[in-house]
Amino acid sequence: MPHDDPDHPHALLPPDPALRVKALETILTRKGLVDPAALDAIIDMYQSRIGPRNGAQVVARAWVDADFRARLLSNPMPLLRDLGFYGRQGEHMVVVENTPQTHNMVVCTLCSCYPWPLLGIPPGWYKSDAYRARAVREPRKVLAEFGVELPAGTAVRVWDSTAEIRYLVLPMRPEGTDGLGVDALADLVSRDSMIGTGLPARPEAA
Amino acid sequence: MTRVHDMGGRFGDGAIRPEPEDAPVFAEDWHARALAVTLAGGALGQWNIDISRHARERLAPKDYARFSYYEKWLAGLADLLVQQGVLTRDDLADPDAPSGHDPHPLADRALRADAVAATLAKGGPADRDGPAPSFAPGDRVRTRARAENVFVPGGHTRLPAYAQGVTGTVVLVHGCHVLPDSAAHGRGEAPEPLYAVAFGAHDLWQAPEGSGDEVVLDLWESYLERAE
Repeated sequence: MPHDDPDHPHALLPPDPALRVKALETILTRKGLVDPAALDAIIDMYQSRIGPRNGAQVVARAWVDADFRARLLSNPMPLLRDLGFYGRQGEHMVVVENTPQTHNMVVCTLCSCYPWPLLGIPPGWYKSDAYRARAVREPRKVLAEFGVELPAGTAVRVWDSTAEIRYLVLPMRPEGTDGLGVDALADLVSRDSMIGTGLPARPEAA
Repeated sequence: MTRVHDMGGRFGDGAIRPEPEDAPVFAEDWHARALAVTLAGGALGQWNIDISRHARERLAPKDYARFSYYEKWLAGLADLLVQQGVLTRDDLADPDAPSGHDPHPLADRALRADAVAATLAKGGPADRDGPAPSFAPGDRVRTRARAENVFVPGGHTRLPAYAQGVTGTVVLVHGCHVLPDSAAHGRGEAPEPLYAVAFGAHDLWQAPEGSGDEVVLDLWESYLERAE
């Protein structure tokens, strides 16, 4: 195969991206290679069923259950499988814990790797050139753009997802949440707090 | 020399624009279709994830820079469908032409709606049996001097240029995983031990932000040599 084809086949498709995807879908459907109902099912899955509420449930449970937390940090896959949070782009999860000493943050500088079964499809900013380029070199400036300022003495550890390992940040439990149950705690856990570009909400602000 | 997708550490991209947590998952309807048709195309089994990543990376730099995210996916998908012989250039040039080859030989592999949930839930694990790891947590290792594929000039690799020729510390041993540098080019899976390696920001950047800050990358054993 030619390694760099100066005349890429994709250029044969219409220039407008919405028409381009329509053209590909039409060709593939006519040849029996794509079932349009399967496309609808995939979209429904990621639009309505698989998203950051999955991750938030896991985080909240780790906050209230010390044994669950220990297993989540040391060997998460059996746990996540049992919860039904296994699947495409989440086959090899590692959960990294924020502490007063270390703040974790996740990026994929080479593409857009992201833990789909726990967080769904990544937001636009996660896939942007600016985030991919800057998160590794100046994470503190990036955090400031998300409104996050870390205490002096907290080191930043940025995880660049260069393999099929997917990372989830376990944020610190906010103060003033002692009486809350798992569901109420999960409501405080934002998507961004599990990527490491945000912090969980405080109970009064939730 | 790496390709245009290897942008970690690059200057000039400007501010990040965070989105509200409740923003739509797909900003445009065609984004959703592009994701779905890409996954359905992958389900035909004519390429692996490393080949599909490399198809996007191989876009001309000017296309990579001007295409939005899902346009890159679509372009990579169209190029792969032709490269792997699933479609022809004529098919792409005239989507509404009556096809003389129906049914397609791969049609029985098409992902059906009732199989979507199970297929997504099954995933595609990358861990394999393979050699025992040479390094352990705490070991000091140096990355190869050039972030390049050693089998194929300009080929796929997962060592970013910003981390080439740098010394760091192994923090996790992940077991053996498929080597993308091989699997992206039809050279077999060639599984190798995979490690999370932490690098001090001061070893990566001219002007690190914090003295204790680190970047951790997942790197295959052949990317690394022991450092003292």
